[in-house]
Amino acid sequence: MRERARDQGGPGTLTDDLVIPEIDVSALPAEPLAELAARYQLRPSAARAGLFAYARQLWERRHFIMGFATARNVAMYTEARLGQLWQVLTPLLNAAVYYLIFGIILDTSRGVPKFLPFLITGIFVFNFTQRAFITTSRVMPDSLPLIRALPFPRACLPIGYVLIELEQLGMALVVLTIIVLASGEPLTWYWLLAIPAFLLQAVFNVGMGLFLARLGAGADDFSQLMPFVVRTWMYASGVMFSIQTISTLRHHPTITYLLQINPAAVYISLVRNAILLSQRESWPGSKPYSAANCALYHTGHEKYVLYSAYCHGTVSMNGLWLWGIGWAIVAVIVGFVFFWQAETRYGRG
Amino acid sequence: MASGPVATDGAEPTVVVDDLHVVYRVYGAGGDKGTAATALMRVVKRQRRPSVREVHAIRGISFVINHGDAVGIIGRNGSGKSTLLQAIAGLLPPEQGCVYTSGQAALLGVNAALLDDLTGERNVVLGCLAMGMTPQETKDRYQSIVDFSGVGNFIDYPMRTYSTGMAQRLRFSIASAKNHEILMIDEALATGDANFRAKSHERIVELRGEAGTVFLVAHNLAEIEASCNRVIWLEKGKIMRQGYDVPAIIDAYLEATGGEPRKRDKPDQNEHGATA
Repeated sequence: MRERARDQGGPGTLTDDLVIPEIDVSALPAEPLAELAARYQLRPSAARAGLFAYARQLWERRHFIMGFATARNVAMYTEARLGQLWQVLTPLLNAAVYYLIFGIILDTSRGVPKFLPFLITGIFVFNFTQRAFITTSRVMPDSLPLIRALPFPRACLPIGYVLIELEQLGMALVVLTIIVLASGEPLTWYWLLAIPAFLLQAVFNVGMGLFLARLGAGADDFSQLMPFVVRTWMYASGVMFSIQTISTLRHHPTITYLLQINPAAVYISLVRNAILLSQRESWPGSKPYSAANCALYHTGHEKYVLYSAYCHGTVSMNGLWLWGIGWAIVAVIVGFVFFWQAETRYGRG
Repeated sequence: MASGPVATDGAEPTVVVDDLHVVYRVYGAGGDKGTAATALMRVVKRQRRPSVREVHAIRGISFVINHGDAVGIIGRNGSGKSTLLQAIAGLLPPEQGCVYTSGQAALLGVNAALLDDLTGERNVVLGCLAMGMTPQETKDRYQSIVDFSGVGNFIDYPMRTYSTGMAQRLRFSIASAKNHEILMIDEALATGDANFRAKSHERIVELRGEAGTVFLVAHNLAEIEASCNRVIWLEKGKIMRQGYDVPAIIDAYLEATGGEPRKRDKPDQNEHGATA
């Protein structure tokens, strides 16, 4: 057992004394209480259900999870005068700021065809994971009163929070669609591929959310650290530059590969390839390798911006899907088991 | 329920508490100047954070409660009454020992905070769903819950705008909408107005008829004497006295804590004041 501070006179201890008698054994049955309980088929009240029973309980509370997510979403902006409009304004302002800094001032747009939709897709997709990570790492301490008041499978809470972010994403996607179409990208059947991509990302977020919720339940330091971790991750995930074609990474294939298979980059790339024709056409490795054409691309001339397709690719488009599926499955299994292991301890705070 | 051999006194246990210890952490307790410098010194000296206190609220309690018992829990503020109920309900994990129950215990408490920034209506729906009702059951019960709570038009307002009494009435109405095998009532009625207290007392009696076992925490000793056949007196997280002789224990409690002795019209209460 953990080392525990002795009587510290905190709340819950009284200072003036009444003499407490020794435990009156005669009031208790002669047999050990655990055996008595077993004989009458009583179960420990703080017992943890088995892994599959727990999953089933969670499924039975699906209406609660959905209701919780929707209600939170409604309540999120009640204090603001513009109300639910912020659901759209927040991603728009985000996009405007990043476009100003990275598109105009720092000009990381070199070598990326149609930078504006490229950037905004990246921001919106990453934002989903970012917000899910930050909110789930705080969900257990924030919900302590609810946890101490009602019995329900605790995994409802982080899952509900991820669903809240998914609903917010829905609003952002409307904005995204308008911006992408306005920038001259065509609406094609490929757009449908964005749906499985977002679903995989949502599954990944649920898994990681469960994982982070347990970590965040222990120490508050963790949720303080989270924004920095997530921001670093954003800069490494090719939100505002193209990992495969940026010139600084051209001679570091291993780093390029590792950055490209990180989950955030995978889901961003999947969505970009689905809704942006310019990305699909310029994806390195999507056309037979041609040294001459690739060299033309690296001249940086506007005319050859799509010729990156003739260069060597790090991850194929099919490979991206495999990575996306793999990350989602691993995250949800590890996260679920990890969260479940501490199920009975979340009430302690 | 269990068809096993019968206990020596012919009763059937529904709650068994075996050497229970409960520890919970309190954050933000004092004891630090709260500057970054003191925090750094603490990390360097490898001290524990003084602002996190571990409160050893329950220190080794054992008892057996049988089917049909109505148990009053008394004790001074901070003696561990609410913590004990939360542990029985499985909401606070035991540090040591164990609580065994025949089913999910339901706790109606003052602190059963729901979601304050949501409307009363949302709280009713979410509360019902969290207790495991289906959406259809929730829809069916909704109107009766709202009517019972008597919050009226305020049902469309966020719960943070409610008065203490109103919030408590709504919480009680939500929690008591479901029948429970083991029911625990933690001062749930202390701030209601007279009308609501009468209504809720009826509801409790009704729930007790359906529930096998009832726990009642109240500072109103008359309420305990009227509705309990057994009493547990807690002091500093341990059992001071417990037994079926309710008036005697209550008198001893009053004497020890300096309260006025209770005046009783009738010489004795019957064992099951519960049937009222």
